[in-house]
Formats: sequence, structure tokens, C-alpha cells
Amino acid sequence: MLDRIDRARKTIEEACESIGRQITVMEVCGTHTVSIFRSGIRSLLPERLKLLSGPGCPVCVTDQGYIDAVMQLADRDDCLIATYGDMIRVPGSDGSLETRAVRGNVRVVLSSEDALQLACENPDKAVVFIAVGFETTTPATAVVVKEAAAQGIQNFFVLSGHKLVLPAMRALLGGMNDRIDAFLCPGHVSVIIGSGAFAEIVANYGRPCVVAGFEPVQIVEALAEICRQLAAGKAELKSLYGAVVTEKGNLAAQRIIEECFDPVDGYWRGLGKIAKSTLALKEQYRRFDAFQRFGVEDGPGRENPGCRCGEVLCGLIEPIECPLFASRCTPQTPIGPCMVSSEGTCSAWFKYGRRR
Amino acid sequence: MTDPERILLAHGGGGQLMSRLIHEHILPRFHNETLSELTDAASLTLPAGEICFTTDSYVVKPLFFRGGDIGKLAVCGTVNDLAVSGAKPLFLSLALIVEEGLELAVLDRILQSVSDAAAANGVSIVTGDTKTVERGSADGIFINTAGIGVRLPNVQLGLGRVQAGDKVLVSGTLGDHGMTIVSQREGIRFESQLESDCAGLAGLTCRLFESVPGIRFMRDPTRGGLAATLNEIVEGSRLSVEILEREIPIRPEVQAAADMLGFDVLNAANEGKFVAVVSAETADECLRVCRSHELGGHARLVGEIVPTRDVPLVEMRTKIGGRRIVQMPYGRELPRIC
Repeated sequence: MLDRIDRARKTIEEACESIGRQITVMEVCGTHTVSIFRSGIRSLLPERLKLLSGPGCPVCVTDQGYIDAVMQLADRDDCLIATYGDMIRVPGSDGSLETRAVRGNVRVVLSSEDALQLACENPDKAVVFIAVGFETTTPATAVVVKEAAAQGIQNFFVLSGHKLVLPAMRALLGGMNDRIDAFLCPGHVSVIIGSGAFAEIVANYGRPCVVAGFEPVQIVEALAEICRQLAAGKAELKSLYGAVVTEKGNLAAQRIIEECFDPVDGYWRGLGKIAKSTLALKEQYRRFDAFQRFGVEDGPGRENPGCRCGEVLCGLIEPIECPLFASRCTPQTPIGPCMVSSEGTCSAWFKYGRRR
Repeated sequence: MTDPERILLAHGGGGQLMSRLIHEHILPRFHNETLSELTDAASLTLPAGEICFTTDSYVVKPLFFRGGDIGKLAVCGTVNDLAVSGAKPLFLSLALIVEEGLELAVLDRILQSVSDAAAANGVSIVTGDTKTVERGSADGIFINTAGIGVRLPNVQLGLGRVQAGDKVLVSGTLGDHGMTIVSQREGIRFESQLESDCAGLAGLTCRLFESVPGIRFMRDPTRGGLAATLNEIVEGSRLSVEILEREIPIRPEVQAAADMLGFDVLNAANEGKFVAVVSAETADECLRVCRSHELGGHARLVGEIVPTRDVPLVEMRTKIGGRRIVQMPYGRELPRIC
């Protein structure tokens, strides 16, 4: 393993030397961010190679307006909130799900199936599943929506905040951050959408896209591949995660997403409104739509004052450039979502990267 | 089928039901002279030496998990607090807070487990108490145990004794208890081979203290795991710690469960392990003694105490040769989304 690392480092160093300027690579996926920090990859890279964490942590990109809609539902006595664990500490404009959990109507679930099960066990409550995440978690939501429809379950609702990765990458390259030289493309998302989905980024924006898994060795090798391409003045699509990622992806998962959801314009923290980037339940499943059922809205919310998560998510600043980082905003007292999720850039910086 | 017999509020009321509970379910399992007298306080004769005294309360969900249950945990946890203080544990108290409605058969299983664990660790339950609370006021059963032990001669432990150059020893694989509990909690239902490491360490620690001098500090890395214990060492000594990821013993199934849930094994709880800071000269001997004991077979030297550069830190050399900081955990790990 160490010789593979050494070889990849050598490639990176030589490429950076020959390119002769700063290179900026964005890792789109939050799990990459954590793996990069946890394994100390940054400490092995030349200073010229800068890694930016992109909008790939589902909790982090979820806009304040959505979070506030969740809080409104959590304040209702007739609702039982079923949420993935890392959503519960995200601060809304007024408190978080954690502060509301004492009322007993917030449950942490590990799968969409558990949320549906909760609805079956609590027929007198409206169980609202806080459905966030990218193409990786969307199929699981789609499955339970279809199941709820088939079983005629009346008290199960989905607050869909599901998002698509590609529109965000386009938005970044379309003027939000022109410093990005290449992308380390997400492993899990690629399993679903297929590595071929990134071909348009290579073709339309001329940026190398390399898909990698989460083993540190593979990440370093992906960075070497990116540097090699940049040094050669090329932009290609390459997947190092051949073991699980195919070019076309998981067609069954793609199909079920299409059956249940329509892409609509949606709000992203930091990136603002992006066309056709968020998934809403299709007409035929509207009766499971918590937005409609309870009249809440996902709009641009009021950010917590001083919080610069948005700029962190776009790769415009590093966490330490935010005045709240590690002073008022810590994992104990998170002000922005990037400090909450274990995949959040600020949390990863705080946990693994910070040298005061 | 008849309804199983359950705990009623009256079982804690000081009357006939309580007397029956004590005489039929509790005393037969812990027969020793001191307890059988049922006096308000146990009279104990202790050997010469410094007395160590500790208490801990146990709340765990689920009550029964692979590798143990709340009864075993309540004995081992308190035994281990004495063990890592350099003491030989002798006597335990046992206080039960039982929720109305708990099946008597469940209570019996837990009491038997307490009894077995006490016998295995050579401690006597010499005093106790039982209270019942209304349904909904407790999660089945809560247990408090307090323990008394006598410090072994010539054992002097403290963070003030820790020096740069000392080695950090862990007595076995990490994260087994924490990941077992998480994986068995309501809502997480993946098949797994995980098993809690719940065990009393006094046999191992006493052998170690008796055979090797030069042990500076010892702690059981329960909540917060190795990360919390190492950060406490750093905080108390103002020195830094450098650990080597490749030396840290973690079972593959524990690592896999942690990866799946987005947890860091270094933060996961242990209930049958200790972390010790030992002098460089005696480190290999400590390791040999640990490995000669059934609970220390996977013991490893995982790192060392180093001088502090700017601020005291726990740093890890990763498997790929990188460095990263190991922080004090927040206190509640959240399973992640994808």
C-alpha cells in the first residue's frame, strides 16, 4: 500500500512542479472530505495542490428555509418527525430538532423503511420523513413512497429535500467558482448515476473528472490522475472505482427515482436557487408530500448571522477563514450545518485538521 | 398462557412483596454472611492499605446485548474503575431502580448475571437496595453499584507521573462494546458478528501491577473511547500523544460497522479494556504480561508521549503516512446519511 502511495505522491509532485501554479481540486462528496481528513492525506500533498470540499454533504447543502420548515412540523403535536441522525443538530432560525426532541416527537431513523415502519406503529400521528440526500438516498425514499401507496398508508409523509449532484457542479463552474481545476467525483453517487454522467462536465467545461472510492490509497491515486491530466493539458473522465461503479450506473435505481420524482428548481445553501436541481414528488404521489399536506415551504431561509457555510460549500473560503470557526462555532455549539454533520467540511476541519 | 409475573410498585414498598423479592430472588444469588444479615449497613473488615472507593450508575439500551447485559456491565464497570486505580476490588453495593411492569424473569436473568460477574471477579455484593418507579419513569431497570478495593502496595498512578518518552498501551481491540450497542439499538438491524467486550479487568491489572513497575497511569476507555482517554491524558499532563494508526487493534467487523454508520472507532466505548501509560523501559514487559492473560491477548503499544510543540495535542500517524489530530469527542455520535 505504501509503495502505491509513494508512486502517486511522486506523480503529484512532478505534475505540480511542471504546472507551476496553484492547482485547485474539488472533492464533491462529503465522505471523501472525511476520508481525506481522517487519513491525513492533506499532510502528504504539496502546498501547490489545494483541496476544496464541495457541496456534497447532504445536511450542509440543505437550505435554511427547508430546515425551518422541518422545525415548523416538529412544533406540531400531530406530527412525528423521522430523520436521519445528522439532521437533528442542524440549527434552524429558532433551535434545532435536538432541542425539540425533548417533546418526544423526533425519532432518529437509519433508513426510509424505518420511517415507514414508524408510521405503521403510530397510526394516530402524521409521520414526516425528512428526506434529504443526493442520488444515493433518493431511491430508498422512492421505494417507501411506492410501498406506502401500495399499502394505502394514510399517515406517512415525505418532506423531500433530495438533490441532484450535477446541477450543483454546473452552477459552480458557471461562474460561482472559476478556480476549480478538476473534480474528484463522488463514489457513492456514481454507483447510482454512473461515471458516464460526468462526461458533460469534461466536455462542456474542460475539467478533469475522476471517480474514486473512499480508501485513502484510491483517493491519492485519483489526485495523481488529476494532476497527470492537468500537467498534460488534458481533461478526461476516468473512474478508479471500477469495482462498484459502472459507466451507466444503477438503472433500476435511476428508474425508481424517475417514477416518483420530478426535478424542480430548488434552493441550496450557499449556491442559492438552481434550476431543476431538487426532487419533488410526482403528481401521482402528491398525497405523500409533506409540503402540500402541511402548507410549509422550502424557500430561501434566513441564515444564522455571521455563518459563512455557503461560501465554504462553494469552495470560496476555507473554514478557518470564517470568523466563527472554532470560536463560536464548534461541534458542541454548531452555528452552521457544516459543523454539524460528520461529513461537514467545518466539522472535518475541526476534528481532524485543525492545528491552532 | 398466563401473563408473566411482573414487578409491581409494591415490590419496592417495604412490605410483603418486597420481602419476598429479596428473599426469593435476590439473597439466594448473593449468599454471603454480610448481606444475609440484612442490616442497614454492611460491616467490613479490610486488609491493610489504601482504600479505593468508587460508584457508577448503569443505564443501557438494550438491557441484553451480545456479550453481556446491564447486570454484568454494572459489576464489571465498577470493578474496572477500581482495577485501573491500581486496587484489588473486594466489595460492591447493588442498588436497583426497577420500572413497574418489568418481567420478574428478566430481573432474575439480570440478577443471575450480576451474581456470575461478581463471582468471576472475586467481589462480594455486601449491601443493596431496591426501588420501584412508575411505568414510564425508567427504562426497564437502572442499576447503581459502588465498590471498595484496596490499593496494591507500591502502585502510584497519576497524570503528574507521565513523561515524554513513555509508551501508550491498550489492552485489546477497541470499539467492540460501543459498536455492538449501536448496532443492536432499536432501528439498526444489520446482521453482525459484533460482541461487547464487557469484562472485569482486575485479574489482568493486578497481575500487571504485581509483575511490572513503571506503570504511570491507567484508565478504562469507556464513553468517548480511546480518543477521550488520550485527550484526558494530554489535558492532565500538558504533554502530547502520538499514536500509530497501524498499531491500533480494531476487529474488522467493528471497523466495518463504524464505517457504515460514519462513526470513528476511536470514539466508541469499551467495557473491558484499559489504556496505560508505561515507562519506555518496562513497555515490552507490560505487553508480555498483558498477552499472557486471556483478556490481554490483543494488547498493543499504540504510541508514545511526546513533548508538546505549541499546544498539547493527540496526533495520529495514519496508515498511509499522513498525520491528523484526534479530538475529544462531542459526546454523541450521529449516524450519517449516506
